[in-house]
Amino acid sequence: MSDTDIALSLQSEVQAAIAEKIPLRIQGGGSKAFYGRTSQGKCLAVAPHCGIIDYEPSELVITARAGTPLKTINAQLAAQGQHLAFEPPHFGSTATLGGTIACGFSGSSRPYLGAARDFVLGVKCITGKGEMLHFGGQVMKNVAGYDVSRLMVGALGSLGVLLEISCRVLPMPVQQVSLRLPVDNEAQALQQLTHWNTQCLPLTASCFDGEAVWLRLAGVEISQARQKVLAELVSQEIASAFWENLREQQLGFFTSTQTPLWRLSVPPTAPSLNLGKSIIEWGGGLRWVYSDLPAEQIRAAVEKIGGHATLFRGGDRTAEVFHPLPPVLRKLHERLRQQFDPDNILNPSHFSTHW
Amino acid sequence: MRTLFEQLHDFLPADAVLLSEEAVRPYECDGLFVYRERPAAVVIPETLEQVQQVLKFCYTHKIPVVARGAGTGLSGGALPHKAGVLLSLAKFKRILNIDPVARTARVETGVRNASISQAVAAHGLYYAPDPSSQIACTIGGNVAENAGGVHCLKYGLTVHNILEIKVLTIEGELITIGSQAFDSAGYDLLALFTGSEGLLGVVMEVTVRLLPKPAAVQVVLAAFDSVINAGSAVAEIIAVGIIPAGLEMMDNAAIRAAEAFVKVGYPVDAAAILLCELDGSPEEVEIQIQQVRAIVEKHQASEVRLADNERQRLQFWAGRKAAFPAVGRISPDYYCMDGTIPRKHLPMVLQRIHELSEQYGLAVANVFHAGDGNLHPLILFDASKGQLHQAEELGGKILELCVAVGGTVTGEHGVGVEKLNQMCVQFNSQELLQFHAVKAAFDPANLLNPEKAIPTLHRCAEFGAMHVHHGELAFPELDRF
Ligand SMILES: Cc1cc2nc3c(=O)[nH]c(=O)nc-3n(C[C@H](O)[C@H](O)[C@H](O)COP(=O)(O)OP(=O)(O)OC[C@H]3O[C@@H](n4cnc5c(N)ncnc54)[C@H](O)[C@@H]3O)c2cc1C
Repeated sequence: MSDTDIALSLQSEVQAAIAEKIPLRIQGGGSKAFYGRTSQGKCLAVAPHCGIIDYEPSELVITARAGTPLKTINAQLAAQGQHLAFEPPHFGSTATLGGTIACGFSGSSRPYLGAARDFVLGVKCITGKGEMLHFGGQVMKNVAGYDVSRLMVGALGSLGVLLEISCRVLPMPVQQVSLRLPVDNEAQALQQLTHWNTQCLPLTASCFDGEAVWLRLAGVEISQARQKVLAELVSQEIASAFWENLREQQLGFFTSTQTPLWRLSVPPTAPSLNLGKSIIEWGGGLRWVYSDLPAEQIRAAVEKIGGHATLFRGGDRTAEVFHPLPPVLRKLHERLRQQFDPDNILNPSHFSTHW
Repeated sequence: MRTLFEQLHDFLPADAVLLSEEAVRPYECDGLFVYRERPAAVVIPETLEQVQQVLKFCYTHKIPVVARGAGTGLSGGALPHKAGVLLSLAKFKRILNIDPVARTARVETGVRNASISQAVAAHGLYYAPDPSSQIACTIGGNVAENAGGVHCLKYGLTVHNILEIKVLTIEGELITIGSQAFDSAGYDLLALFTGSEGLLGVVMEVTVRLLPKPAAVQVVLAAFDSVINAGSAVAEIIAVGIIPAGLEMMDNAAIRAAEAFVKVGYPVDAAAILLCELDGSPEEVEIQIQQVRAIVEKHQASEVRLADNERQRLQFWAGRKAAFPAVGRISPDYYCMDGTIPRKHLPMVLQRIHELSEQYGLAVANVFHAGDGNLHPLILFDASKGQLHQAEELGGKILELCVAVGGTVTGEHGVGVEKLNQMCVQFNSQELLQFHAVKAAFDPANLLNPEKAIPTLHRCAEFGAMHVHHGELAFPELDRF
């Protein structure tokens, strides 16, 4: 795909929408259309706004237009032995950088290397006032003004249309191995995950797939660390297929059922929730569950242990899909949204029934 | 008739309210002494409920509130408001919970940065962000400034190392932002609050993430005859895929000042030294030390030293860590700047700083978090000779230079009152208005730390600065260096 800058025409589309009070549905590659609440509106297509603007490996920073395909970015980085260390899932070949950051998705390495928001250094965006603004920049240390760039991560476009994003990148690991330890049940798996979390291992991913605990170790020299875990060494080929299928939700667990998929983000050491068959990642901190149980019941169980539940795929997407906020926080969210998009033009009701 | 401020006694103990000029004087400035102001009142509450009452009182009576941790800030962020209340959080010193399994610690806002690492050391853990002021500064102040340190290239800033904060809004409402999980519902307010300089709410409690202490740590000290060679060594270390735990540079002026102070045998004739620290497993450190050694040699290091033992490693660092006080010894006053630049512009920026230094007739010593591009030029001056104004002007020029090459006016010390003018250079008026709009969502009456961090458009107009965006149009002549 050729590089094109359509920032100005996107800005005039937003300005026209504001003038005519027509809500916009911001669309990147459409790979994550399943996510968030159903949002009505005229399509604002960001995918044509694409291309890598700046990438110098020794600066550890890449800046690209929001419509740049994630796979283009990954390929460019890989050619220099670098990567987006938060391992964002694509959920389809059309995934764009903008959509990835707007959803704030992070992959298996999240507890060990950081989340999408940890790597975002700066953005250029169009707010719901039709203004084209820059926040942050291309340097890692930057405390000038509020951190609006990170605020945009996971805001689902409700605070601004992302145009450009600068991300910190990291070198790919020199060595990497994956290990597999069969376990009897989820409780045992959680015990194992907690145990290995506290063992000073160079972990970069962990998972319980229903049958076994998987650990991925990576670093410059990991043979000693690898000796600490008495477990089956998985071949590189099988291991990379496994982590990819986990990230892209292509494991059998994810493809075999039609019931709603819940994403439960909980303190990693929390016990088993017994809400249904689950896959566990992030050392216990992320639990995927297919469940037909009423949303209130799932949310109550998760809230009790200090977590939050997201209706990730399927189910009623006109109801709240994200965990409802306590009243004061909700009020602050509404006011913040108001300050970025006073006319409710950008992805209205995509995030919440309230804003 | 009691004054408004005397009414603070209604809900605070007698010794928690300071009203006399004499009593409030110790609070008149933070670490940036050149700005001073006496607040109408200082309050030193001990309980969350008391802070809540203070905030409700101030909200009702439209009184400005400035929160203060240890007052080590270097940008005047905790400078009191003449007509306001200075809210000291010094009494909130309890470590509430340490969870060695989840590797988290929950602490009150006034806990000192270094106390956290001390408290968890027995578990083999530590809190990574390590500002040089860590024995004094508070975790609440760290959150408010998004403090960094020598190790943030590898381990990140405050924003990367906290999970949850409890905050009081200006209306006195308690909210929890973030969670004990890896993320939370709604917008990323944790990121928004980190570095917000006390303008959005008062942080009362922080849950930090702890890391296991690395099994091995080693440091290389390399001396160079030219700053350009040192800079290209830095670029290559990063380019080959090494992320050092710390990568610091000092120029000749800083080396000399430091050596005169700590006497650890720094090469005083070198144009620059690099300190490169590597940590991890012993095997991995060994491999990377050899790699770094080869790289600095390739870039014509005039001398390479490896610490033989822990004592020597700490000696290597002693000069760097004491750089500020060391400069304080050789000059009556000094002014510390805090810009960040893309690493590749380092040689050019140092050259330009040198020229500015000559132009203003004030010496500048440079210490530099080379790994992440964060510069700390220390401007030497003598206030008794009336040089403060020149020093400030020179500092301002250096910051504008940082913006011109695509960097920022502050990497870790914050804007405070000090860099308000330079904010007009870095951001255009729509961006500044958007910042004010963010503030309005949390504090519509503009009572929390007013007139800090974000300049008004009026001020920018007076300053008359030309807004320069990410180096797009500015200083084209700089390319020639
Ligand atoms: C010698 C020296 C070395 C330093 N080195 C570094 C360094 O390496 N890296 C670095 O990042 N900084 C450094 N600093 C700067 C300073 O120590 C940090 O900014 C620190 O985070 C300030 O913490 P404090 O508790 O002193 O905050 P204060 O100075 O009291 O306050 C700083 C700001 O935070 C606000 N604030 C304080 N507490 C709260 C709260 N609970 N809720 C809301 N707002 C609050 C204040 O209103 C003010 O705006 C250094 C300072 C000195 C003097």
